[in-house]
Amino acid sequence: MSNANADTGFEFSFNRTAAMVRRYWYLLISSWPRLLDLVYWPTVQMLMWGFLQLYVSQNSGYFAGAAGTFIGAVLLWDILFRGQIGFSISFLEEMWARNLGNLMMSPLRPVEFISALMIMSIVRLAIGMIPVSLLAIAFFGFNLWSLGLALVAFFINLILTSWSIGIFVAGLLLRNGMGAESMAWTIMFLFLPLTCVYYPVAVLPHWLQYVSWCLPPTYVFEGMRALLIEHVFRTDLMLAALGFNVVLFAAASFGFVKLLESARVQGSLLQAGE
Amino acid sequence: MAMDARPTPAIAVETLVKRYKSALAVDGISFALPAGSVTGLLGGNGAGKTTTIAMIMGLVTPTSGTVQVLGAAMPAQRYRVLHRMNFESPYVDMPMRLTVRQNLTVFAQLYAVPDVAERIATLAGELELTEFLDRPAGKLSAGQKTRVSLAKALLNRPEVLLLDEPTASLDPDTADWVRARLERYRVEAGATILLASHNMSEVERLCERVIIMKKGKVEDDDAPARLLARYGRATLEDVFLDVARGRGERREVAE
Repeated sequence: MSNANADTGFEFSFNRTAAMVRRYWYLLISSWPRLLDLVYWPTVQMLMWGFLQLYVSQNSGYFAGAAGTFIGAVLLWDILFRGQIGFSISFLEEMWARNLGNLMMSPLRPVEFISALMIMSIVRLAIGMIPVSLLAIAFFGFNLWSLGLALVAFFINLILTSWSIGIFVAGLLLRNGMGAESMAWTIMFLFLPLTCVYYPVAVLPHWLQYVSWCLPPTYVFEGMRALLIEHVFRTDLMLAALGFNVVLFAAASFGFVKLLESARVQGSLLQAGE
Repeated sequence: MAMDARPTPAIAVETLVKRYKSALAVDGISFALPAGSVTGLLGGNGAGKTTTIAMIMGLVTPTSGTVQVLGAAMPAQRYRVLHRMNFESPYVDMPMRLTVRQNLTVFAQLYAVPDVAERIATLAGELELTEFLDRPAGKLSAGQKTRVSLAKALLNRPEVLLLDEPTASLDPDTADWVRARLERYRVEAGATILLASHNMSEVERLCERVIIMKKGKVEDDDAPARLLARYGRATLEDVFLDVARGRGERREVAE
């Protein structure tokens, strides 16, 4: 509930959150290249990996039995990657537009700002992923939606990770300005080899497997392979992912608050566009 | 015990210091602005005006000293008062791809403005923006953009209005028009206005008090007429140059 006299930054107003969602929606629908961009690259990725899997499965008994793992991995990776990018791009739009000062001087609380960015990451993801998942059915007969409740568990865990990374990157951008912009585009790629998107964790060197098992998406991709290859839904993996996600989200939120405080001390909010 | 009958100032700055590593941007300044007053903050580049305004807005945390706005300590208690304040600056923009109406609608919602459509229509009429309401903000001229920023700054009928170079980059006619609107708002709303500017005629016209900053300190602080008398100058610009260049000792006048 909103209370104009409250003295805390942790108060939450659905109305202010809705205002920010409205702002990003106006922006999205004002530009068809922005909309096209949401669909274009996931489609290219899905087609490339889909045809590769088709070729490999025709020449390998194992991969014939592991039908859909590549396409499934691509689509789930896109949830992770696009979720974070969707969050970060919406935040970057404020810096590109030099609008951050207006927002920071308004009654908008950081938690409302972050909530709006989370909602927009889902909206952007839906615009990109729903058509691509339908194309995967048409081209390769891979129906992501047939995963049912497992897909829900995968999605929740991946989107939580993507938000955590997005929140931390937003803090870096506030503290360091546009000098940290490249982090928004590249940070998630560190997760690509470590979370074993396209191969089992067992492939990694023994010591690196410990690192890998500390990252929530690792459990999701292992869970996806268990489901598609062994036809077993691993609840234990999903719960472990959720546990690590809670820790990661809390750490990212703490980091954001500290970086925002530091930005106020350093005066970075005054030069947020530079 | 006797009660202090003096009204609480709208803005109270007390021994405010801001240090960025080795650079001292603001060096122990103090002033109090009564509610309903219009004050000009003058100073050359690097004098500390923008940092001072940023601390008043809660965008920058002071190294030491205090800032109070409408009784709330900034930045710690900023959410108590941000809905009663607003600001306008050429250093921030409205989102360019959104239309004027969309921009104002978003900010009206952020400030919980009642009757949004009516308020936007009223402001658009007053600021002569009606014909631009459905045009993207990025396609407006500099003068039109300033009027849109001013409309955003007045959306929530702020009690405290902070203006950083409100007429920078405007032609004289548009700048004069903006000043007239600000004067009218001040009279109608009784708002407290703090105005950072390099434009001396603007300050002379709008402000009943002038604070001159130099190297992070308050160099002088008085009514324009008294400053002119004290420095023996005909214009505030000459006073400003005297202070900026450290020449022309100020002459104390007998009370």
